[in-house]
Amino acid sequence: MEVKISVKNLEAYYGKNKVLKNVSLDIPKNKVLAVIGPSGCGKSTFLRCLNRMHEVVGGTITGSIMLDGEDLTKGDPVLLRKRLGMVFQKPNPFPTMSIFNNVAAGLKLNGVRSKKILTPVVEKCLKQAALWDEVKDNLDDSGANISGGQQQRLCIARTLAVDPEVILMDEPASALDPISTTKIEDLIFELKKNYTIVIVTHNMQQAARVSDYTAFFYLGELIEFDTTTKIFTSPAKKQTEDYVRGRFG
Amino acid sequence: MTPSKFYTVRKKVTNAVMMSLTFVATLIAIIPLVFIFYYTISKGITYLNLDFFIQMPKPVGESGGGMANAIVGTLILIGLGGTIGIPVGIMTGTYLSEFGNNKFASVVRFLTDVLSGIPSIVVGVVAYTLIVVPMKKFSALAGGVALGILMIPTITRTTEEMIKLVPHSIREAGLALGIPKWKTTIRIVLRTAWKGIATGILLGLSRAAGETAPLLFTALGNRFWSTKIMEPMASLTVYIYDYAKAPFEDWNQQAWTAALVLILLISILSLTFRIITRSKYKTN
Repeated sequence: MEVKISVKNLEAYYGKNKVLKNVSLDIPKNKVLAVIGPSGCGKSTFLRCLNRMHEVVGGTITGSIMLDGEDLTKGDPVLLRKRLGMVFQKPNPFPTMSIFNNVAAGLKLNGVRSKKILTPVVEKCLKQAALWDEVKDNLDDSGANISGGQQQRLCIARTLAVDPEVILMDEPASALDPISTTKIEDLIFELKKNYTIVIVTHNMQQAARVSDYTAFFYLGELIEFDTTTKIFTSPAKKQTEDYVRGRFG
Repeated sequence: MTPSKFYTVRKKVTNAVMMSLTFVATLIAIIPLVFIFYYTISKGITYLNLDFFIQMPKPVGESGGGMANAIVGTLILIGLGGTIGIPVGIMTGTYLSEFGNNKFASVVRFLTDVLSGIPSIVVGVVAYTLIVVPMKKFSALAGGVALGILMIPTITRTTEEMIKLVPHSIREAGLALGIPKWKTTIRIVLRTAWKGIATGILLGLSRAAGETAPLLFTALGNRFWSTKIMEPMASLTVYIYDYAKAPFEDWNQQAWTAALVLILLISILSLTFRIITRSKYKTN
């Protein structure tokens, strides 16, 4: 297993409140890692530490996070966030922008203006996000006037457009209907060929379906990390077994 | 358990009573507006003709004439005020909502509220002391500064409130794309809140257009054509004030017309803003 991100002794705080305790974990390259655990276990915080969105809400961390041997906890978070794209729980397209501009936003607001460059990128990303056929005739419509499932795929296309190496997904399908969920899951399967994906999910079946590896968090600690098959068939820890069997959480 | 019939009836009656109460309250709120429109239109219409817009005021005793200088003057004065009040207001509002989680911002917020409660004539005195006295002359500039100061609290607070309405998830989306915070604020957050901010600007401009007191000893007024900002300048409100208290019947009539024109001016301004800020997209 080739390692993309190596997390060592990560601790995260909100003020004095410690929400992640001594987490060490290697995230494999071009695979899907599912992060599961009951609400409040720190899985979203873990995800937000990776692209330093944790500090946007005033959080702090200690420990190290290495991306291809480079320490992510140092340096400019703005540059690093281009390398780790993020898809949020609720679709959040920019309401004042067209579908085209939503996808192009990351590039446009970082200085790329030429339509010649933007047009093929937008088309490619919308195709990758399996949205192109549904919106190709309405690229100038508002990004907020399409269905929830389409909005979430639009957000994925927007993330892809800045050409990240890692995609972080925070319960990307929890606000969507089953059909849209299936589409997002199929999409994750396609995307892992080119990207390393970390997905936080509450849905155990979803974790089992889409991921190669699973990390189980409980009360801010990483309880167990292994291949998804192992976690769901013969976990090493009792707590993990209880959780995946649905006995608590 | 189903509620008893008595309660169902009582709910319906309460509902009907409350509905009528709100309806009556709405009517009461509208009545003054109707009267204002009725009187201004019926009395002002007499002199409302092309001459009023293109001619200069006539000397006492001569009939006819218009207020071209005052119409242009009012536009220049609110333009000057806007040049000061709009950028300061928007930037302060942005600061308060995006970076205003500290003691300094609370103080600014409080002072803004105080400023919005200060009588406009006091703001006029300040502009008089700061600009008219050192320059030794009344000027449109001093009037513009006074109006600008008056606009600041309205625009600041509306901007702050409107930006706060932009969901946090939109900011996070921008930041997560690797867009710096300042750019996310200007290009995404401000743009999303723009419609509401425009309403604040409009309120500020309309209020400034209707002010008389702060202009009395700043822009002063001018019976002649002048567009120089370092000279005294005519305005509709000061003309209304002068003409309404003058002992000449036709001047009183023209004051009504000036009031009507002022209302029209503000309505046109309002309409233009609505058209400019109209969303490109149909909302569903």
